[in-house]
Amino acid sequence: MDLKLSAHTPTADEIDAIDALLGATGEYDHRLARAGHDLRDQRHRLLPVLHAVNDRVGWISRGAINHIAARMDVAPAEIYGVATFYGLFSTTERSTRQVHVCVDLACQIAGATVPDGAHESPCLGLCERAPAVLLVEAGPQARQTVLAPATPVQVRALLDGGAAPDEAPAEVATPQVAAGADDLVLLGRVGVVDPTSLHSYRSHGGYAALRRAIEIGPVGVIREMLDSGIMGRGGAAFPAGRKWDAVARQPARPHYLVCNADESEPGTFKDRVIMEGDPFSLIEAMTIAAYATGCEQGWIYLRGEYPRARRRLTDAIEQAVAHGLLGDDVMGAGFSFHLEVFLGAGAYICGEETAIFNSIEGFRGEPRNKPPFPVEVGVFGKPTVVNNVETLANVLPIVLGGGQAYASVGTTGSTGTKLFCVSGAVARPGVYELPFGATLREVIDLAGGMREGSTLRTVLLGGAAGSFATPDELDVPLTFEDLRAAKLSLGSGVVMVLDQTADLTAFVHRIAAFFRDESCGQCVPCRVGTMRQEEVLLRLEHGGPKAAADRELLADIGRVLRDASICGFGHSAHGAIESAIAKLGVFS
Amino acid sequence: MNTVPVAAPTRLVELTVDGESVKVAEGTTVLQACRGAGCDDIPTLCYGDTLTPKNACRVCMVEVEGSRTLVPSCSRKVEAGMVVHTDTERVQHSRKMVLEFLGSSTDLSVAPHVADWNEQYAVDVDRYGPDRRTKAQPVKRDNELYVRDYEKCILCYKCVDACGEQWQNTFAIAVAGRGFDSHIAAEYDTELPDSACVYCGNCIAVCPTGALMFTSEHDMRADGSWDESRQTETDTICPYCGVGCQLTLHVQDNAIVKVTSPSDHSVTHGNLCIKGRFGFQHVQNH
Repeated sequence: MDLKLSAHTPTADEIDAIDALLGATGEYDHRLARAGHDLRDQRHRLLPVLHAVNDRVGWISRGAINHIAARMDVAPAEIYGVATFYGLFSTTERSTRQVHVCVDLACQIAGATVPDGAHESPCLGLCERAPAVLLVEAGPQARQTVLAPATPVQVRALLDGGAAPDEAPAEVATPQVAAGADDLVLLGRVGVVDPTSLHSYRSHGGYAALRRAIEIGPVGVIREMLDSGIMGRGGAAFPAGRKWDAVARQPARPHYLVCNADESEPGTFKDRVIMEGDPFSLIEAMTIAAYATGCEQGWIYLRGEYPRARRRLTDAIEQAVAHGLLGDDVMGAGFSFHLEVFLGAGAYICGEETAIFNSIEGFRGEPRNKPPFPVEVGVFGKPTVVNNVETLANVLPIVLGGGQAYASVGTTGSTGTKLFCVSGAVARPGVYELPFGATLREVIDLAGGMREGSTLRTVLLGGAAGSFATPDELDVPLTFEDLRAAKLSLGSGVVMVLDQTADLTAFVHRIAAFFRDESCGQCVPCRVGTMRQEEVLLRLEHGGPKAAADRELLADIGRVLRDASICGFGHSAHGAIESAIAKLGVFS
Repeated sequence: MNTVPVAAPTRLVELTVDGESVKVAEGTTVLQACRGAGCDDIPTLCYGDTLTPKNACRVCMVEVEGSRTLVPSCSRKVEAGMVVHTDTERVQHSRKMVLEFLGSSTDLSVAPHVADWNEQYAVDVDRYGPDRRTKAQPVKRDNELYVRDYEKCILCYKCVDACGEQWQNTFAIAVAGRGFDSHIAAEYDTELPDSACVYCGNCIAVCPTGALMFTSEHDMRADGSWDESRQTETDTICPYCGVGCQLTLHVQDNAIVKVTSPSDHSVTHGNLCIKGRFGFQHVQNH
């Protein structure tokens, strides 16, 4: 391609960071017709390259973009469009050290404040220990560290150049383990197994499921998945077995597997706990999924704000490769599966299943219009399985115990166990595993009940994309079908408990601000609608003579968001706010 | 022996549009099927007949029975047995809201048809209040040939697609930023003379709202002298090279004020190069 580059030159550090990822320069002769194709075929490495530059120097300069453009044969304008899409990148010069203070729902009610010099961040997925802070340090040894709970004094110290103390182990987030529960299916190994050791994983039953899968064959695995009745845990509750079956049957090749680990729904941290506490289980489950659906390549699309999960998964993949559990001939069974961690860069929307594809392919993480669905046309235009981390975690018990045994737990419409992310005004916040059909009251009781001095005001169920439940709804069974009937939704399993001290108005404003911030901007209903929704809420807070008209306008905005947005983000951008107004009397 | 490739026969798909049964070729979009069935009043903004539908503006939404949400008619392919409603209350509500969202944030004063649609769908932008955020900003004038008035931009992506892989392959511009702050930009929002722009003007040709405009047209509109009723359109062939692009000269008061090419022309598909689109001054030098 005929690139026109500006005169800005990259620094030695930028060149080094980019070339370290793309290989040495000079391998391509641009005069050859094929050379451009070879360069452009690497487009999927654009996001990793931008990460490399941002990690090294802390921001992305014009010189750096010029060098990337020349190395990848992608126009600077496009690279700029991609770089400005992601919250963790900056295209203006900034310090090599940034403190990101979470201001999202759980941290807001925990009293988070943002001192001068710190950046506001959407949910960091550390809600059980709110308020949370992420420290990003660029340089030759780039580092990300999290601190939670973070006191204002500690945040100040980080801003002044101090180091973050060591993070508590992952199992701190699973009080059931500490209490000695021995009937946990998904969390059973968290806190028990050494997450850095393949040997430890194997001695705790690891890789028995893959062996079983190879015994029963791909068709057998898919039959067990169908028999299990498992519904996807990412929020949309689509039958996972049907998804696998559809991809396995697609004649187009290759097939791809994507694990959606872009866990960014405010209040959600269950996937983090699995990835940090039992990373090999995710890798084993993905290997089974790949075997059953005929995928030779897979990605774990991990949000950029999970440094420990990234370390654990990268390390676990290396060990699995070294032991022949990933790679060209997995377990000597004659199939190959290659797995990589693909790092997001601060964009909630990339958890949308088609936005993930664009992000991996090196484009802006904008959702695609459906149909066609991912099982037919997914990443790189090929049939693709996209599963959430928790969905995949369920594959191991399904394969080991059989689909029918799995389906005997829970209810007919919602089989198996579910992870709940309990945060807010409870005694012991954390991830809890219960069979479907348990009630909200049981979940809260398991979390030690309300915190001392707290009385229950409301529960945000399902996250910002969910809805509010009132104290008289505590006995609704937590299943997809019962919640649907009660006009609630399970979403990603968020149970955020608010007490009498919570400022509901501020809380609802934060939900609106979250949707405005995270809208990708592609379609008009969502790009403008989320902005207008926030503006109307601010007006409603002050009442006034136009309140009735504003309420009507808000309902109109909610309706078009649901009816006409491209993806589930816009469809769900009004639900929680609508329920806060209807059920909690906020703004009345 | 010569072999002649024969395409697979086109199958016909039967669907219902507003109660009428329609048969169209497989692969047709709902919009084409509706227009073929005589339903001509589905509004479109980001749709362009020479570009792959982006379905970003969401003004062409129709109701399809069995679908949880409304459906973008410009990009959805017809399916056998589809039952389409183009003018239900739900559809009207959605179009009204999209037009209100656009009208309350951008300047649609020179966008064709919008004034009529605003009336048809009872659009009321005042209810969004005087303090609403808008895309108001100064007009960008960084070259002599065309201006960029991004207060009029609805982010339809057509200019980006025309500049990039669908036509020009120049990639001078892209969508940058996110959410309400998304905007069309060259790298680092640099001015066009420093960008990769080759001034083909193919972005102007596809812009549905007049955000991209010939400087001549923009200035005449500004001083009130632009008057399409006094303009004639003359078709000719571009004299510069041998490709044979068809030009349509828009002439007012015996001066060329704008050059376009028909989007259905087999050579240009509406596209030109800098010479064909802007190189007309010599005709008027006496």
